[in-house]
Amino acid sequence: MSAQETTTTGFMGWIDKRFPATKVWNEHLAQYYAPKNFNFWYYFGSLAILVLVLQIVTGLFLAMSYKPSAAEAYASVEYIMRDVEWGWLIRYLHSTGASAFFVIIYLHMFRALLYGSYRKPRELLWIIGVVIYLVMMATAFMGYLLPWGQMSYWGAQVIVNLFAAVPNIGPDLSTWIRGDYVISDVTLNRFYALHFIIPFVLAALVFIHVVALHAVGSNNPDGIEIKDGPKGNRWSPDAPADGIPFHPYYTVKDLVGTVVFLAIFAAVVFFGPGFFGLFLEAPNFQPANPMVTPLHIAPVWYFTPFYAILRAVPPMYDSQFPGVIAMFASILIMFLLPWLDRSPVKSIRYKGMVTKVALGIFVVSFIALGYLGMMPVSELATVMSQVFTVLYFAFFLLMPIYSSLDKVKPVPERVTA
Amino acid sequence: MNKLLAAFTLALVPVLGFANTGPQLQSANIDLKDQASLQNGAKYYTSYCMGCHSLQYMRYNRMAKDLGIDDASLRKYFLVGDAKPGDLMTRAMRVDDAEKWFGVPSPDLTLVTRWRSPDWVYTYLKSYFVDPTRPWGVNNVMFPNVAMPNVLGDLQGQQKAVMSHQAGATPVAQGVAPLTAGTMKPEQFDAMVRDLTNFLTYAGEPMQLERQRLGVWVLIFLGVLFIFAYLLKKEFWKDVH
Repeated sequence: MSAQETTTTGFMGWIDKRFPATKVWNEHLAQYYAPKNFNFWYYFGSLAILVLVLQIVTGLFLAMSYKPSAAEAYASVEYIMRDVEWGWLIRYLHSTGASAFFVIIYLHMFRALLYGSYRKPRELLWIIGVVIYLVMMATAFMGYLLPWGQMSYWGAQVIVNLFAAVPNIGPDLSTWIRGDYVISDVTLNRFYALHFIIPFVLAALVFIHVVALHAVGSNNPDGIEIKDGPKGNRWSPDAPADGIPFHPYYTVKDLVGTVVFLAIFAAVVFFGPGFFGLFLEAPNFQPANPMVTPLHIAPVWYFTPFYAILRAVPPMYDSQFPGVIAMFASILIMFLLPWLDRSPVKSIRYKGMVTKVALGIFVVSFIALGYLGMMPVSELATVMSQVFTVLYFAFFLLMPIYSSLDKVKPVPERVTA
Repeated sequence: MNKLLAAFTLALVPVLGFANTGPQLQSANIDLKDQASLQNGAKYYTSYCMGCHSLQYMRYNRMAKDLGIDDASLRKYFLVGDAKPGDLMTRAMRVDDAEKWFGVPSPDLTLVTRWRSPDWVYTYLKSYFVDPTRPWGVNNVMFPNVAMPNVLGDLQGQQKAVMSHQAGATPVAQGVAPLTAGTMKPEQFDAMVRDLTNFLTYAGEPMQLERQRLGVWVLIFLGVLFIFAYLLKKEFWKDVH
């Protein structure tokens, strides 16, 4: 762990003259100084990378036995479940992994909300993160069609039809996306191709996310810039005094988090892969039938908050378009977050009561919308969706006001233990 | 504000309630470790159901292996026509015929318990009642205007509907009551339907016991790994805290 950037002798010397292996290792692990006060919320970044890798590896093996055709897709999934050696495990890892990915990302994003990790100088880091989230949603949506069950089929039908609500070009746009007038073999084929390739785009975006992170340095639960604090620690006289090398400190700490995560993950995979009908939905155990519309169509749980917002907005001038706008706006508004927060402090620890209550209402609204999005339409559910949709948007749109008016506590000079 | 939130949370309860209306399900009391029950269920299935309903994702020899059926018994009691042990359990009836006779193709039942739930299948098979307005003279509480005749009717005996009488609503069948005696005693019939449901639950996910067995070992391994990972972390972090 010396400050020396390259070795000149031996095998690593030979490599380092040709490729900056030791330099990269030091800059991003052994001499990357992270704040020493990371807490529970800081496990989810590395866990997200773990699950992305898991999804790519299990997805690759599924692709070896899966048949992307309307006639064979459903049967090929059951073939994987029954006849392929360990196929059931690979498939359950992949289906559980999809939901786990969203659980982790939601917790990871919540961490950013808690400690103001989107604030200057991390605006770009946050924006890249939101792009990752959008790409993830696209990947998950396309992947959900592949088992070719009833809910795969009708879920895709409903979502692609949303694009038909766009004025003028809508119907042509949705036909262009499907490649047909209804979800069909053509759609399945292209969704399969996209579902295979987009995860690699995702991997590239994650790389860019980490590059941005390591340029500005990690935030921490106190929301203090350790780079602006005193210099000098046991490893280097120039490094931040409150920083510790990522490796070995956070690698061993993340290892503990990884084992705990894997235990929870394994408990679901081995003892309840359907997870109460949320991760694998009962209607999807019926093959897709274009002639029979299910009574109740709902997307998978990780999309339901936005689906509830879509349904909360009533049609205007005989068009669903306002609802579609609201749904996309509810996601895209996240891009503006760095400029909506006007608080003089970053972390929730030093923010005032109004901000804490606002964040609480936002979390309750998001969960409530997620629940309402799964429920069949009813008058009460619609009214409640409308209330929570207003609260959801109010969290963002009123933030410039409440964040600047709210009383804040003094921020300490150094990170707290 | 907190009171308002509590009110909203309470208001969610009736929304959930609406989703659960309909006839009461009876517990099938599934036990996938009960091999005798599974073997009986497999026999009943091939005798009474498989003429029309395939198990097209299930292979005969896989079933035999999992249920402890030896090769000779498999060939003698289960393989129909020129079926081979490695074949998928497809049905004898043609789709065209099914549509001609019943109006709809008879669905494959490999995954019926994962789609409907074991308790639904169990209750459904016991919920036929006499209804002269239907083509086969029977209807079903769980599946109004069902196309399938009551194949197990002779064994169970006939039943009549118990109608609900809610003010302002058209009466619907809520349950069934015995009408005539069948060739089986009620508890024999219940056991038979339970065996059938048990078998179908197995067919829906043949690896269920295997995944649970494996899961225990995986969790034990991760538990041990956690101890070492935690101690390693503690050792490294001694000089930070």
